[in-house]
Amino acid sequence: MVTREELKKALAERHGPETQEILARSGAAVAGLGGLGSNIAFSLARTGVGYLHLIDFDRVDITNLNRQQYFIHQIGMKKTEALKENLLQINPYLEIRTDFVKVEEGNIRELLEEDRYICEAFDKAENKAMLVNAVLEHFPEKYLAAASGMAGFGDSNRIRTRKITDHFYLCGDGTSDAEEGICLTAARAALCAAHQANIIISLMLENEEGKIKGEKL
Amino acid sequence: MIRVNGAEEAYSEEMTVMEYVSAKGYRTNRIAVEKNGQIVPKSAYESTVIKDGDSMEVVSFVGGG
Repeated sequence: MVTREELKKALAERHGPETQEILARSGAAVAGLGGLGSNIAFSLARTGVGYLHLIDFDRVDITNLNRQQYFIHQIGMKKTEALKENLLQINPYLEIRTDFVKVEEGNIRELLEEDRYICEAFDKAENKAMLVNAVLEHFPEKYLAAASGMAGFGDSNRIRTRKITDHFYLCGDGTSDAEEGICLTAARAALCAAHQANIIISLMLENEEGKIKGEKL
Repeated sequence: MIRVNGAEEAYSEEMTVMEYVSAKGYRTNRIAVEKNGQIVPKSAYESTVIKDGDSMEVVSFVGGG
């Protein structure tokens, strides 16, 4: 088995030791582990973020395999457990908390209390709005990356990251609605997930370093 | 003038956030409203008045994840 030190060294070689130190100390919550959440978690884990809080109430279904980071043998498993298993294949030293629970108005504060960075990765528009409103209202000091509009096979370049406030970023094209019968697809969902993961990583680095070298948000 | 989602709009009469989003056809269970850099809590839509010069962002969510 690869040792913790070997893995740390490999990541430091790729991203730079200072960046890696910051990311290893950082963590994020991912609420919803579907096409967005599973891909966000993969990106964060591969980049060397040290801690992930995975939240979902659902189980892996055969129809999830078109875009979500699960495998045939995991059908029927809790998504929290299946994703944890997969992430630990990437980094066995990743610290993971799982909550197999439906996020509702009544439990959001308790669930997300300890997370400084939060990714909204739900499916339904009402649930997205509920989470975003609750986080912004109750936790104005936290950082939130939400998603709206990533359905279909359309123009990749319409998916973008918009800064709504210093603590709230919105990714997606804003309009393509899966609830209007447009299908969700692997590449386009992953595009949006990558936007969310990347803004969260950028914020982690920016908040710790004051700035990202050579880059402006 | 008020600024909403980056575009200027004429300010004609005093209205609450609830009146504004209803008039624009937004579904209140699918939006988040930011006004002058602060989130407007759902419970305050009825009591928050939009003033001339205010800047707002109405984030409207669509499904998919």
